Amino acid sequence: MEAAMGLMRRMPPKHSETALSALLSLLPHHSADLLSQVDQPLQVLCDVDSGKEFILCEYNRDADSYRSPWSNKYHPPLEDAPYPSPELRKLEIEANDVFSIYRDQYYEGGISSVYMWEDENEGFVACFLIKKDGSKTGQGRRGYLEEGAWDAIHVIEVGPEEEGTAHYCLTSTVMLSLTTDDESSGTFSLSGSIRRQMNADLSVEEGHLCNMGKMIEEMEGKLRNSLDQVYFGKTKEMVCTLRPPSEVIMKLPDC
Amino acid sequence: MAEEVELSNKQKKEIAKWFFLNAPAGEIQYVAKDLKAVLNDDEVYDEAASESFPVYNKSHMICLQMPARSGDVLVTPFGELDENEYLDPRTAQVAIVDHVKQACTEVRPASDEELPSPYTEEFRSALDSEIVKYVGEAYPKGVCSVYCTKGKDAEGPGFDFELVVVICAARLSPQNFCNGSWRSIWTIEFQDEAQILELKGKLQVGAHYFEEGNVQLDAKHECRDTTLFQSPDDCAISIAHIIRHHETEYLSSLEASYSNLPDNTFKDLRRKLPVTRTLFPWHNTSQFSLTREISKELGIGK
Repeated sequence: MEAAMGLMRRMPPKHSETALSALLSLLPHHSADLLSQVDQPLQVLCDVDSGKEFILCEYNRDADSYRSPWSNKYHPPLEDAPYPSPELRKLEIEANDVFSIYRDQYYEGGISSVYMWEDENEGFVACFLIKKDGSKTGQGRRGYLEEGAWDAIHVIEVGPEEEGTAHYCLTSTVMLSLTTDDESSGTFSLSGSIRRQMNADLSVEEGHLCNMGKMIEEMEGKLRNSLDQVYFGKTKEMVCTLRPPSEVIMKLPDC
Repeated sequence: MAEEVELSNKQKKEIAKWFFLNAPAGEIQYVAKDLKAVLNDDEVYDEAASESFPVYNKSHMICLQMPARSGDVLVTPFGELDENEYLDPRTAQVAIVDHVKQACTEVRPASDEELPSPYTEEFRSALDSEIVKYVGEAYPKGVCSVYCTKGKDAEGPGFDFELVVVICAARLSPQNFCNGSWRSIWTIEFQDEAQILELKGKLQVGAHYFEEGNVQLDAKHECRDTTLFQSPDDCAISIAHIIRHHETEYLSSLEASYSNLPDNTFKDLRRKLPVTRTLFPWHNTSQFSLTREISKELGIGK
């Protein structure tokens, strides 16, 4: 398993799906571990009732069916499948509605889904998913990207309420890839994935959704910022170490 | 999960090769170590390694030290005499290479048939000195080589020939979780009849940063140019000048791509702030359901 994770850390992130399926076929007896530890680009299905798209993940899957957050129905239909309690389903509906608006404001498009389920410790778990195709043929408003994908997975464990507060543990993963292509500069492609965790004890006065939402918003901001500043910055630093740009100023007039 | 079908050794080998060949610059040995553990089958591993390493070494154009301080040799398709033998045109030596160990085990002098004719060699060595000068100035850790790839037996004017300039710079610092490489391949056709030189450049830059994550840059660019067929020294100067010009421009365009990221490119994936330019009003989401009710009533919902 350790070696498998080592490989995932080195393979180009834009090929993570291929890498994962290769590992699954080499290590069939580790498939459960692999699927839970390796994040892969999100898939989408269309809800037959509402006509809206929803995101597939391990948390809304049972056997080979996936539950839509819009109609609460499994696709394809499945008997004896698990559902959240009516109370939690109410929160799930609200979360999906609000999160769609949040998603629209930050992503100007994209698809989102929120799933919730009870856990064994009298609390519950919620999973917030966002998928955005930012390419110019997708929903990239500015049309800069030949190819552009952003997949965010936020899993948040909410502990039982004690004296008006609850413990929240958020694990977030962002996977992204972007490619620009033009004649003068060729193809320029960056891809990556990072995962971070955040813990907080918060008063439930304003409700779970408000607390979870704020944490996710803060985390997404941090992840976006570290991808942009730190991770992309490091690759740029590397390029400039390979061929320092100062040469432009110092050495050009020697023709 | 799907039914567990036992893979054939051939399928395992193909999968292993995929991992080998997708290793970022300077990381194939790490990939090899993990792959060996994952495969848990030395026979399959050895076969996959012996088929993958030569391909990887040549496509990454790795630089190996020749024994007895005879300098460095680049493992490239242009200097390949045999699967394990690579010509170093500057020193007229042939390096015997162990691909899997990524080491040069022996050197021998190149035979006359393996070297270009005195006529093409004059162009080659003149260009080599200019490129060495340029690479020394532009790339702190650059290595370069100039090969004669076509018409190496041309005895004098009246024949076409082709030189290939290879420039490689790799920076490996796994302790800082960062590796990268720059590779340029310039093909120069010396067209005798038209008295022109046609240049085609293929530039490729990769970088991998993997501290608590995995982010990779993969950039490629192709360009072309022409210049006049002149004396060996003048050809060398003008070719080196063209290469310097294009590579400098390419570096600037890479920098421009990076500086466009935060406000342009990245914005198409996710904005820094919502369209409203303020943080999302999580504490007051009831307003949304209200708005929704109203739009539903007015029939303007999306």
